[in-house]
Amino acid sequence: MFMFEKAVVGSRRYWAWLGALGVVILVGVLFYLRQLEVGLGVTGLSRDVTWGLYIAQFTFLVGVAASAVMVVLPYYLHDYKAFGKITILGEFLAISAVAMCMLFIFVDMGQPMRVLNVLLYPTPRSMMFWDMLSLSGYLGLNVAITLVTLSAERKGVAPPAWIRPVILLSIPWAISIHTVTAFLYNGLPGRSFWLTALLAPRFLASAFACGPALLILLTMAMRRLTGFDPGRAATQKLGLIVTYAMIVNVFFILLELFTVFYSQIPEDMAHFRFLFVGLDGHAPLVPWMWTSLLLAAAALILLIPPRFRQDERLLIAASVMVFTSLWIDKGLGLIVGGFVPSPLGAVTRYVPTLPEMAITLSIWAVGLLMVTVFYKIALSVKADEEGLA
Amino acid sequence: MRITRRAFLGAAGLSALTLAGKSALDGLARAAEAPAAPGAAPPGVRWGMVIDTAACFKEQGCTDCIAACHRVHNVPAFADRAHEVKWIWREPFERVFPEQVSPYTAPGLIERPVLVLCNHCDNPPCVRVCPTQATWKRADGIVMMDWHRCIGCRYCVAACPYGSRSFNWLDPRPRIAEIRPDFPTRTKGVVEKCTFCEERLAQGLQPACVEACREKALTFGNLNDPSAPVRELLRARYTIRRRPELGTGPEVHYLV
Repeated sequence: MFMFEKAVVGSRRYWAWLGALGVVILVGVLFYLRQLEVGLGVTGLSRDVTWGLYIAQFTFLVGVAASAVMVVLPYYLHDYKAFGKITILGEFLAISAVAMCMLFIFVDMGQPMRVLNVLLYPTPRSMMFWDMLSLSGYLGLNVAITLVTLSAERKGVAPPAWIRPVILLSIPWAISIHTVTAFLYNGLPGRSFWLTALLAPRFLASAFACGPALLILLTMAMRRLTGFDPGRAATQKLGLIVTYAMIVNVFFILLELFTVFYSQIPEDMAHFRFLFVGLDGHAPLVPWMWTSLLLAAAALILLIPPRFRQDERLLIAASVMVFTSLWIDKGLGLIVGGFVPSPLGAVTRYVPTLPEMAITLSIWAVGLLMVTVFYKIALSVKADEEGLA
Repeated sequence: MRITRRAFLGAAGLSALTLAGKSALDGLARAAEAPAAPGAAPPGVRWGMVIDTAACFKEQGCTDCIAACHRVHNVPAFADRAHEVKWIWREPFERVFPEQVSPYTAPGLIERPVLVLCNHCDNPPCVRVCPTQATWKRADGIVMMDWHRCIGCRYCVAACPYGSRSFNWLDPRPRIAEIRPDFPTRTKGVVEKCTFCEERLAQGLQPACVEACREKALTFGNLNDPSAPVRELLRARYTIRRRPELGTGPEVHYLV
């Protein structure tokens, strides 16, 4: 199989890491079997808050997947050579993130064995249909691209010419996956929190900040663990991308806050009140949302002055802040905030349960396992190539 | 203004054209929808309801219609509010019509219990978003559910601006007091809601809630029939609908 021989040889540390991930996955599978048996009632979801942690992770990870475009575009379209070593890592991250997205959708289904009804009765008027098409298409594109470019690299030849249009197609396709994901939410007439044309741009801005931030952290971890060096130029350029995207993202959040609080439309304000100050005595997300805001502000302080950003330790700290801030914003607040208050004004408590968290962690572990194995393959190919040279 | 023969004929011709055009468009729209289920009403019928909130309130604490509906449709009773399944229930007036309440509204009206159920919208967002057409609008306006096709994604629940849809978070069967064999029970993991008692309409009966009401506060009928009691009420009295500004075209109308 596709260079998998590279993934089955490794140090004891490599195997211990895979084993630990395997345990987390197994625990999640056991909890999922229970959810399958009992129903989605094992989660903290309710009649009013009908989507939660699973769908929020899905949304967040579509962003991580789309962010691969931030290395693909400079490398292939602008021939930015410094990204030569990390472009494939961005693409592998995209594949892992899309796989996680699909798993999160799957575990959220009330009748998972019927999920193929989406293909059996294709319904173009439903945004979920388009989301399925765009996500599976994006997965296909990235699998083809990584397969072809990495095999060429292993053989020490240039990739075939036909792959270039495929790579170029993956650029707008990446934009499309997160746009369609925003359309899932912002086309619903009664949910004023999501009913904003700014949702898709906001999704993209936050994606292009947190995806490259994650890539910085992953490549830094690899340099520490494997001796792989992405190169200072690449890391710094990623840092610059994170900086711009994060500025745009915070700007978008401020635009949203201005519109909602200056217009003073009660229905629109209620959702933001619930998230940032609490509503009817319910304030479960308030500490989280303020943490997210403060981390975003602190990250910008570390990112904007070049002097700070060029200090690698500060860049790593800023990347951790950006990732955490945006995970809270999208992986917690965005979905729950849309459901509270409900159409009938009810403020309903939603706290993820232990099974829900275990299943969520397990899917993250699947993603990490995929990233680990893919990166192992990519680095082994690159190491062989350097050994030959 | 004098109506000349010429103007009259012109107006009549235009009206006929408009009607023909509208029915052609309606036909197209219907063709685009999923096929009507067996037992659907004859063409030209559009079911709708008028709820007299003052008459309903006369009998304090009355839940006859709710009990009747939930009994004939095997709706489970979950004590936990999070897992509730409900087809028709009561909400305070201010929750149902927040835009109608001012600081000076009589407290009696603010707190008046108002029946809420699926509005069987003309332009239902739940139908638009369903990825499997497990929920669809029939030619007679009823928004139906196929409990065997539903994948339980709950997109329709998110799309409904009225909170009319319930999801089966757990197996509903153990929570049904007495299972009626003449109506299907549901499984865990699917969405359900009011169907305007389409199974009773097919037998020429009125919906269970309408029949159960001692005060005759619920009036149900064909909105396309100008002589139907629903139309008489809509003509004679001032009625309101829930959130009409969203363009969903709710067909449950309220007398305040």
